[in-house]
Amino acid sequence: MFDSTEHAAELFALRTYGNIYSRIGNPTVAAFEERIASLEGGLGAVAFGSGLAAQLATVLALAQAGDHVVGTASLYGGTVTQFTVTLRRMGIACTLVPPEAAAIAAAMRPETKLVFTETIGNPDGNVADLEILARIAHDHGVPLVVDNTFASPVLCRPLEWGADVVTHSATKFLGGHGTVIAGVVVEKGTFPWSGGKHPLLSQPSPGYHDMNFAETFGEYAFLMRLRTEVLRDVGAALSPMNAFLVVQGIETLALRMPAHVENALHVARFLRTRDEVAWVSYAGLDDSPYRELAAKYLPGGAGSIFTFGLRGGRSAGRAFIEALELWSHLANVGDAKSLVIHPASTTHQQLTDEQMSSAGVRSEMIRLSVGLEDPADLIWDLENGLRAARSAVPA
Amino acid sequence: MILQTPSQRRDLLKRSRTVAMVGASPNSTRPSYFVFSYLRTKGALDVTPINPAVAGIDGVKAYPTLAAYAAERGAPDIVDVFRKPADAAGVVREAIAVGAKSVWFQYGVIDAEAIRLADEAGMDVVVDRCIKVESARFDGGLATGGLNSGLISSRRR
Repeated sequence: MFDSTEHAAELFALRTYGNIYSRIGNPTVAAFEERIASLEGGLGAVAFGSGLAAQLATVLALAQAGDHVVGTASLYGGTVTQFTVTLRRMGIACTLVPPEAAAIAAAMRPETKLVFTETIGNPDGNVADLEILARIAHDHGVPLVVDNTFASPVLCRPLEWGADVVTHSATKFLGGHGTVIAGVVVEKGTFPWSGGKHPLLSQPSPGYHDMNFAETFGEYAFLMRLRTEVLRDVGAALSPMNAFLVVQGIETLALRMPAHVENALHVARFLRTRDEVAWVSYAGLDDSPYRELAAKYLPGGAGSIFTFGLRGGRSAGRAFIEALELWSHLANVGDAKSLVIHPASTTHQQLTDEQMSSAGVRSEMIRLSVGLEDPADLIWDLENGLRAARSAVPA
Repeated sequence: MILQTPSQRRDLLKRSRTVAMVGASPNSTRPSYFVFSYLRTKGALDVTPINPAVAGIDGVKAYPTLAAYAAERGAPDIVDVFRKPADAAGVVREAIAVGAKSVWFQYGVIDAEAIRLADEAGMDVVVDRCIKVESARFDGGLATGGLNSGLISSRRR
């Protein structure tokens, strides 16, 4: 209960800290938020009901109708549709460009409010050059927002490489067991929000009795607006029970990530030896085009989600997945158990061919999320799948 | 001495009791009102507005100058500065004159001369920090808002 009417008034006016209503903040959710902020090296965090909600809220905290965001092309399919369809309907334009300095710089406009990328692209497995992206964003007076879902703070801490905001689908490695949908936004706290480029933070807000967030909360301006206006009004709150499950997952994150990486390397190296496999795209392999970026940004390993291509295309892919017994045919990733999917017919099916190819999705591509099982069992199952794939292709 | 670490700021807040807030505003949308109101209702620190334009804020008597405050209440433990940077050195001179032990410059109140004067006078100095935020860091308030207190402890705050 509120201690008194004065105490309640102080809380609602944001003049004191405390619990008001669980949509805006909750003690269990706050425990998760502070822990992920600490792990990422951030100033604080705001949790959301899903990773996509966290991402949308980040955009809404910084941009409004008439504004523009820039994203790198090989993003998760759900992010691509959120940015190119839903944001556009809200009057916020989006340009997706190859993750190269010149292309990003060319896409920047006066009304651009942020640059968005993923540490490790889904599903292409490309590794972002965070330092260069941060420099370009900062040169244009906007923050770099990095989705760190595929790396987790155990493998990469983007805020240490110049990123300003980190988002997560906590559904994945943070929760770790595929039992919960959750998202979170972490901010570093060093971006100059009062620079004039982000009037939603540096001008009086009619959403909070004309409060100027940058002036009132200093380095906390972004996080305060994200919580007290965006989360409050959008309502995509994380349930405390789900926050508890993610916190339980985080307790073993440092043990699980190296084990995921070890199994992923084992599986990737196995696949590369097989005739049925046309290519393997894992940044952890020595011949990956992302090897140098991975060595720099992901010295502990390039995660455990990657793709490979089967000779024989679509029909071989179908036979492969249907022959697997141990790997689960599921759309999520970052689970304790090993998962497999054919993106072209599932996660990325709503993308146009052009968007698919710019996102690095090919029709023969199989995505793996390597879990924590005994690697010998994983290989045994893959061998069966590859045998089935071979028989599915007419000789 | 310029206090740089969280533990130095915690110790300063722990050993202080009185805060003279130079530039506290009665306007409820102003940051200086937020901080005044927070410290007043929290109750751990005895906060007084220093503002010649008002008689008091929320029932707390205001003093026009630090000297007027000190004449009745003695030297404050902390002089909290909510003024534009150009005015900060003048506030520090007044703080030194009344024998204040420490000076706290709020967000954006950054003035090299003011910092130097306070430091050379032997005061504890906090720069570009908010006394409300730092109080909340140590009493659990920040963590309530999902903010990183920087404190890792198994104890309930």
